[in-house]
Amino acid sequence: MALASVLNSDCANFSFDNCQPLGFGCGPGQSGLGFDATPGDGLSFSVKNHQSSEDDDVERKIEFLHGTTTLAFKFQHGVIVAVDSRATAGSYIASQTVKKVIEINPYLLGTMAGGAADCSFWERLLARQCRIYELRNKERISVAAASKLLANMVYQYKGMGLSMGTMVCGWDKRGPGLYYVDSEGNRVCGDLFAVGSGSMYAYGVIDSGLRQDLTVEEACELGRRAIYQATYRDAYSGGQVNLYHVHSDGWTRVSQEDVLMLHQQYKGQA
Amino acid sequence: MATRYDRAITVFSPDGHLFQVEYAQEAVKKGSTAVGIRGKDIVVLGVEKKSVAKLQEERTVRKICALDEHVCMYIFFNLFMFVQPFDISRVECQSHRLTVEDPVTVEYITRYIATLKQRYTQSNGRRPFGISALIVGFDDDGTPRLYQTDPSGTYHAWKANAIGRSAKTVREFLEKNYTDEAIAGDNETIKLAIKALLEVVQSGGKNIELAVIRRNQPLKILEAKEIETLVAEIEKEKEEEAEKKKQKKST
Repeated sequence: MALASVLNSDCANFSFDNCQPLGFGCGPGQSGLGFDATPGDGLSFSVKNHQSSEDDDVERKIEFLHGTTTLAFKFQHGVIVAVDSRATAGSYIASQTVKKVIEINPYLLGTMAGGAADCSFWERLLARQCRIYELRNKERISVAAASKLLANMVYQYKGMGLSMGTMVCGWDKRGPGLYYVDSEGNRVCGDLFAVGSGSMYAYGVIDSGLRQDLTVEEACELGRRAIYQATYRDAYSGGQVNLYHVHSDGWTRVSQEDVLMLHQQYKGQA
Repeated sequence: MATRYDRAITVFSPDGHLFQVEYAQEAVKKGSTAVGIRGKDIVVLGVEKKSVAKLQEERTVRKICALDEHVCMYIFFNLFMFVQPFDISRVECQSHRLTVEDPVTVEYITRYIATLKQRYTQSNGRRPFGISALIVGFDDDGTPRLYQTDPSGTYHAWKANAIGRSAKTVREFLEKNYTDEAIAGDNETIKLAIKALLEVVQSGGKNIELAVIRRNQPLKILEAKEIETLVAEIEKEKEEEAEKKKQKKST
């Protein structure tokens, strides 16, 4: 693949550095670094929404990037986490079977959006820290503390090209917990998040269907439908829908379904 | 023989003692008595106050301090190393709130102080903190806790404990009198602490300083008047007990 750089546009951004790993989504503009030294980029390309949007910072505090769709929402029985599984390198679909949910420990999950290496490395480091906390304090770490640890760890590398947009989901003594943490240093608590290039489509579906009194099956179906709709319209999302449910005993892997099968299924229903 | 192995903290003696640490523990034993009692909904710290000189303001020397809203510490010290552990612990309480978004548990902050002390027993050029601390408070889930640390860096949880000059006497009194009834209510627990101190403190209520933490309430240092009232009640109860005994004997 030849080196080509397409700057400042809403289409895929190629920046080919030797020996860079695959990712499904690339970080925000490396504004400080310039294109000669771009450690954060790699064979990981994405739709960049606002590349040099310094002026826009005031309005858009959370930047959604990364060619993926991941979502998580709280409801009365816990947290539903749903993700797609496509990794793209420009317009080339590099993989349809990527695991974008990282199992930090039996009651904490982290989702991946951004650089694959960044996400999996930092979340594994977080798993280590959580375990140490558990051993020292003889009780499980809370979701708030775990997300804080992650946010503090990556904040030290702010501006150096890390690319990570993750949701830390779990259940602790305060009930279900959901935090969005990214490599810019944002850490936000919330009831619903969708991250990635397909997030807008997912939000549309979730916002119209979300109620607090959903049953577990209804909530799973809502998450599944939202990811499916996002993969239908967003070119950078697809593959399978991986669905997890976090409840008081930890997390359970609910299902893994190919979006093509879902398409047939929904078509049949309509 | 001991003199050959006690110059430096980093030297063991042939029979396995770290003399500097043991000397620090001796230093601790020389100070004023303090007692800590863990009740059901209240924790009490009572301290023998040394009588102050006439011209000295009473409240400037404080050995009981709040570490956070729900935890307080009494540091028993004989030398001048008291401000640092208080301050370090207070900072750690707030740092914990920042990183973990939860208040410290009493055990956590005790462990932190104990680790700090232990570090000073294992490095060059430093000497151990000549400090024993009683740390009392409530955890987030409402459990009352009482911990004691000593200069070697170990810590233990207690239901009731005493440190200082006449600790042994007070501890024996507590072992006899710490029953479920005795701590059934807040007032009873406070009275138990006063009674324990009265065993060894001369001249009654004036020389006792008391701090209490009730669940979900901040640290409160009792006024001299309140202590006087409680002491008077205790005296009355003692008299009544004595009367009853007399009557029993005579009938």
